[in-house]
Formats: sequence, structure tokens, C-alpha cells
Amino acid sequence: MVGAACALYAARAGLSVVVMDRGPVAGGTTGAGEGNLLVSDKEPGPELELALLSNHLWVDLAAEPGLGAAIEYEPKGGVVVASAPEGLAALERFAAEQRTAGVEAVAVAAHQLPDLEPYLTPGLAGGVHYPQDAQVMPTLAAAHLVRASGARLLTGRTVSEVLRTPDGAVRGVRTDRGDIHTPAVVNAAGTWGGELAALAGVTLPVLPRRGFVLVTEPLPPLVRHKVYAADYVADVASDSAALQTSPVVEGTAAGPVLIGASRERVGFDRSFSLPVVRALAAGATRLFPFLERVRAMRTYVGFRPYMPDHLPAIGPDPRVPGLFHACGHEGAGIGLATGTGQLIAQVLGGRTPDLDLAPFRPDRFDGAGANEFSRETP
Amino acid sequence: MSSDDGRPRLAVVGAGPAGLAAALAAAGQGVRVMVIDSAEAPGGQFYRQPAAGLGARRPQALHHQWRTWRRLREGLDRHIAAGLVTHRPDHHVWCVEQRPEGPLSSLGSRRFTVHALRGPAQEDPVEVRADAVLLATGGYEKVLPFPGWTLPGVVTAGGAQAMLKGGLVVSGRTAVVAGTGPLLLPVATGLAAAGVTVAALVESADPKALVRRAGALAGRADKLAEGAGYAVELLRRRVRTLVRHTVVEAHGTDRLEAVTVAELDAGGRVRPGSERRIRCDTLAVGHGMLPHTDLAEALGCRVEPDGTRVWVDDEQRTDVPGAWAAGEITGIGGAALSLAEGHIAGRSAGARLQGREPVPDEWAAAAKSRGELREFLGVLDTVYVPPAHWVDQVTDDTVVCRCEEVTAGAVRVAVAELGAGDVRTVKLLTRAGMGWCQGRMCGPAVAGIAGCAEAVSRRPFARPVPLGVLARAGETAGKPGKPRENEDADDIP
Repeated sequence: MVGAACALYAARAGLSVVVMDRGPVAGGTTGAGEGNLLVSDKEPGPELELALLSNHLWVDLAAEPGLGAAIEYEPKGGVVVASAPEGLAALERFAAEQRTAGVEAVAVAAHQLPDLEPYLTPGLAGGVHYPQDAQVMPTLAAAHLVRASGARLLTGRTVSEVLRTPDGAVRGVRTDRGDIHTPAVVNAAGTWGGELAALAGVTLPVLPRRGFVLVTEPLPPLVRHKVYAADYVADVASDSAALQTSPVVEGTAAGPVLIGASRERVGFDRSFSLPVVRALAAGATRLFPFLERVRAMRTYVGFRPYMPDHLPAIGPDPRVPGLFHACGHEGAGIGLATGTGQLIAQVLGGRTPDLDLAPFRPDRFDGAGANEFSRETP
Repeated sequence: MSSDDGRPRLAVVGAGPAGLAAALAAAGQGVRVMVIDSAEAPGGQFYRQPAAGLGARRPQALHHQWRTWRRLREGLDRHIAAGLVTHRPDHHVWCVEQRPEGPLSSLGSRRFTVHALRGPAQEDPVEVRADAVLLATGGYEKVLPFPGWTLPGVVTAGGAQAMLKGGLVVSGRTAVVAGTGPLLLPVATGLAAAGVTVAALVESADPKALVRRAGALAGRADKLAEGAGYAVELLRRRVRTLVRHTVVEAHGTDRLEAVTVAELDAGGRVRPGSERRIRCDTLAVGHGMLPHTDLAEALGCRVEPDGTRVWVDDEQRTDVPGAWAAGEITGIGGAALSLAEGHIAGRSAGARLQGREPVPDEWAAAAKSRGELREFLGVLDTVYVPPAHWVDQVTDDTVVCRCEEVTAGAVRVAVAELGAGDVRTVKLLTRAGMGWCQGRMCGPAVAGIAGCAEAVSRRPFARPVPLGVLARAGETAGKPGKPRENEDADDIP
């Protein structure tokens, strides 16, 4: 998804773009995502600024003829709920900080929750409504953004080497089906971004953080927003390797309800885990009791590209001229893709980026941080 | 009725030929066996029985190998009476879970939990704990699409046979049987015997190719004789057999009225000008079988990359310790092979669960039969393949995925314009395979139309499971004695 957005904005900035993937379009984490475009789960700071920029760009893209429907863009809004008064107080403090950063966050009293979500469990303490949260179907979004970019798409092609000039600058990539010559390479390899960086001789500590999603049978629209419990935010920001699940429930344009979110650091282990999906089901049925009798049709697994400080790597790599990074967005890559693509296009074109890229510097883990990373590698 | 007499427990999933043979063999070794099956009565697809209420007087008229069935059934009844085997019909298994800790024979740990649903709506959870599992989940029919294949009156060949065996219902008056594979013969003769006019048997392969491989087939004269028997029956019933022909379109407005069949050239393309129309109100169509590998795959068993079989060793053990597999899921092969594999699997599991090294000499006859049949079927597999260019006949407006109503044209756009290169991405871009059947029906068709390889579909839930059941699945694991609603775990007698 991030690569597709980089291609779109770079092409619109007048660059000639080739998109390459060793698999098909959206074959990695994108195809295993829920397609969240969220501001609600982010605390004030660089990631929230990127989310707000991305949010505006998604709105613009969705307004282009045909594109909004093709990518199933739904500005549905998010509702975060708290079950106990203490949790609600913390949630409201969090929302107040977000408001100062430009997020629309509307407090919802317990008795108003049914107006937003009639099938929510009774007895919740209250919540916050985030009208800016939205959703796309991520695989469709990636595919249609690549198509809209007009970029040359080369799927099923594996990069084996980043070609460098004698003075170390990028001059192209070697693939299993020939060389591509270019003065600029954007690493949008997601969870595998560390591997691509290594081909260019630099370290980039991207780690997989596994998540399962449960998919139900198609339903009429009974869940209107993206609904989640307040502890989700804490889990997203957590550094723990152990399994965490916090219920995240949302309907889709196609009918099925998606249920997340689990987080565990177990490497690239794709094996099915009944305990994890059991916890997801339990959390979802606590939020929406009607789901008890709704059937889960399938579940899928994906690997979020996680970086030690939970911020992506965006921008030029000072260690290798011509190498740019756009990866490590953890579970927010779909949402943050547009802003990332825009920023990358701006720096590729030599323009001043809309946001300060310092917090996203790809080399920020050089030194002490790298040691810490190596200990964590599963 | 929980009783722990110290005997190890084996859960057999599936009560077809493989599952029953396995259950009898394991029980014969002194192991307690729970046979869990989705059907109302034992027998599987092959020995499907007419519902008792229909009062069929001679169900054997629709079956061959009736004596084998009688022997299985009597053995089952005997073991049930002796308390060694429990048969659980109408149990729909959605997951087999393994707890990693504990050696295979350590009693009390019950390493596996079989999660099932029962009841008319398949909503009531049942959990069975066992020391080992034996997967004999069988297969299902593969059907490739063609224009008109969704019309009422078009049924699968296996479906037509199931109707004959199970309900003794005749679906129409004039039928065409089409596709490829050995199943078409008994379907055509069965329909004819039931009084249906079979207007044509349309087989896309050329069975004469079998003759060229006669060497490999000589060892199984019984199977050749079986085929010859059907051929004689077809002649007697005046069923016209068209080999190297295929159905290119089914016609009708509200329901099937006719089909167009055409001849295939040596390369598997339709020979222009060879089309002819045959009036019929039923088309039974099938293109072979696929194994139900979902439970094995989710358990972590190695499945061949194309999804055609679960890997097993000579004892029918999968690569997951404590999990055996037999029958169609280790490669489509029919009832006789399933019986042999089930017997070996049951013997092996029975011995190993009691800490004994099995003695393969004890199942030498079954092993010989298994070897010959696998060789025989290997030859059949090379002959009975769909026409190489079947995809050419599928027009863009033909629905490929019936659950989600995805057309062949949408699949082609996903590949040509949106960058899909595998079945998974086609699914995500088009929703083909996301519906109720989870791509079981359309998987091979989508792969063929997309021009990409068939792949193992990961379906961690072998059938849809209510979230409320899922949320509480196995929550008593490791907490013996804690009662639970709708729970009858640990009740192998």
C-alpha cells in the first residue's frame, strides 16, 4: 500500500516510476489488513501529524471520479468505548490532548452510545466519537492507486541487489529478471523493509508483529463505525512481545464484520492459533452481544512492520545517497500511506516536505538502539 | 458418562470407508475410539444409505461392494456393543486443536481437542479430547464452470449420485452426464437404472489412453473389470458415450433445456463446427475430486503445495506427531484405497497409542493393495484430466464464484489490470472464494481463469463457527472436572 501511494504521488510530481514486488500487488501485509484510516488511536506527535495529513489526502483521493467507490472508501468514523469510569476518564483526557492537535473528538455519554451504535452492549461507561476515522479495502486501494499512478508494474520480481556507484550512490536494482537503472530507490517493502535495506548495506530495524483478523458471514449494516475498547490504544503503543488482544469491531462495505486486533511478536510464524482467535471472538462478543450467534467464516494472519519506537522510517537515507525509505508503519500503513507517499514524492523532487521528517529518520537507530534491536530479534 | 479406565483414546474424524476401517482396526488393538462424523449414518459418501423413512427395500442395487459394507457395519456394531467404539453422527468438526505439551502416550493430558458443532443449525458446541487423531475427512467434487452452469437442472455428478443413494430421488427425466473421471460411469448407469433417460455420457478424456498404460493396470484386474461392467451396463441401457467431447454451454431460460457438446482435438481445444445440441432437463457434471484438507492444514500437517494431498508416511502418519490421515485426504483414490489406508492407519495408531512399535507384516495385505491401487490411480490421474483449454470456453459473463457472484471477466481484469498474480490476490480484489463455501467450489476454476497455480487454501475453520462458540472453545482445557454447558468432552466410554 505504501509503495502504491509513493508511486502515485511521485508519478503525479512528474517522475517516471517503476513499481516492483516479489509477489503480486498487496501480497504482504496490505492484503492481510483491515484498511483502517485512523486518527483516533494516535497520541499527539509526529505519527498523528502524519495521520492527519494522510487523512486529508485520502479524502481528496476518494473524491476523484470512480476512485472512492473502487477502493470502498467509507468515512464511517470511529467510536472508542470505555467499560468503567476510570477508563472513560483516561480516554477523555487522551481525547482532549488529541483535540489540541487538530483531531475531531466528540465525547459520548453512556446514554448516547445507542444512537451511534444501537447494538453495543449496555452498561458501558461512555465513549468518544472520532468522525475523521475512515476505512478502505486495502488490496483494492493498493491495486487502484498503482493503476491510477500509471507507473510500470512489475510483479513477481525479486530484488537481489541494490546497485551502487563507486562513490556509494544508488544507481539501480538487480532483480531475478534483469537490472533496472534509476538514481532513486524507495524501500516500501513493509515488514521486509529491513531485508531490502540490508541489500543496500544499511540496517533498518523492522520487526514482524503478528496479528489475526476474524471475518464473519456477511451481515446487514449492524456495526456502523469502527468500534473499539479504550485499551486498544495502550496495546498499540506497547513494547511487549507477549500476546495482547483488544477488541476492534467494524462492518465492511461488502457485509462481513472484521474483528481484530491481536498483537504478538513471534517472528514470521503463520500457523493458526486457536487461543488468539478465541480471545478476539470473546472481546468482540463482549462489545456486541448479538455477535454470539454470528458465524466466523475465516481468519487470516498478517505481520505488521514494527519499529522499536513505533514510528515509520520515511525519507532519504543519509548513509546511501539515492536510497529512500517508506516502511515500518506497524498497523497503520494503509492509513499513513498517502501522507508517506506525498512526503516521499516531495523529497524525491527536491521540495520541502509538508512535515518535518526528523522523527522518521531511517538512521535514528544507529548506535545504542541497534544493539537493543538485535536482542529482540526472534 | 466420563470414564477413564486408562485406555488411550483415538478420535477418528469421518465415518466413510477410511474412517470406519481405521476405527475397527484401532479398536481391534484395544484402543478406545470415537468416530465423529457429519452425516446422520455411517458410511460416508461412498456407502451413503437411504434415509430409513424412505423404506428402500434393496439399497444394494445402487452399491457395489455391498459385502464390504456389511462387514464394516457389523464390525462397527460389534465394537459399539463392546463399548470400544462410540459413533457420533451429525457432528460437524470445525477445528482440531493440539496442545503442544506432553508425550503421545501420556494419559490424562489428552493432547488433542476435536471441536465440533451439532444440532439442526450446527450451533451447539461439542468438544472431544483424545490422545491421537485420525483424519479421514474424505473429498468433494471438483466442478469447472462453463456458460450456463448455474442454471437449475445442472447438478454435480456426485450430487446426482448422492441423490440416488441417499434419497432415491430422480431429479429429471432426460439427463446428460458430463465432465471427466471414473465417477461418471456409475453416475450414468445409476441414473439409467433408476429410469432416467441418459441422453449421453460426455467424457473429455480418451479412456483408450488407459490401454496404452495396461502394464500398470494389470495388477488391478478387479478395477478394470469394474470399469468393464459399467461399460456393458451403458451399452445395455443404450447410453451414448462421447469420449474426447465436452459440454461447451448449457441452455435454458428459467432452467436447463439443452446442452451443446463439442468434440475436442488432440490438444484439448474444441474442434470448430463439431458442436451439437442435446435436449435434456438434467446435466450431471464433474471433473474429479479434491480432498478436504482444512482440518489437517490448520493442525499444522504438511499438505502438498497444490493442495491435492496430506503427506503421510508408510504407516499413514502425518508429520504432526499423534495425527494420522487416511483415505481421500492423502490423495484421491476411491473406496478400496481408503479401506486399505484406513486399516493401516488404525493398526499403526492402535499400536503406538499403547506404546508398542507396530508390526507392518500384520497389514501386509492392505499395504499391497494400497501400493497397487496408488499405482493404478496414478495412471487414471494422467488420463482423466479436464481439457487443457477448458478456460477458452468460459465467457467473461460466466459466473465463476457462485457465493459472491464473481464473473470470469472480473477475475481476468484483476489479473490483467490490477496486478493480481495468485489466487489469494484475485480473491482479495474480486471476492471470488470469500463466500459461504470459502472457495471450495471455485478455487480450481479461479486459478485456471487467472492462469496461476492452484494453491493450498488456508481455512482454519473447516466450517463456519458461531463467535459465541469460538469465544468459549476449549476454555475448560486443562481444568478437569469443571462442568460446562453443552459439554460432553471426555465422554469416550
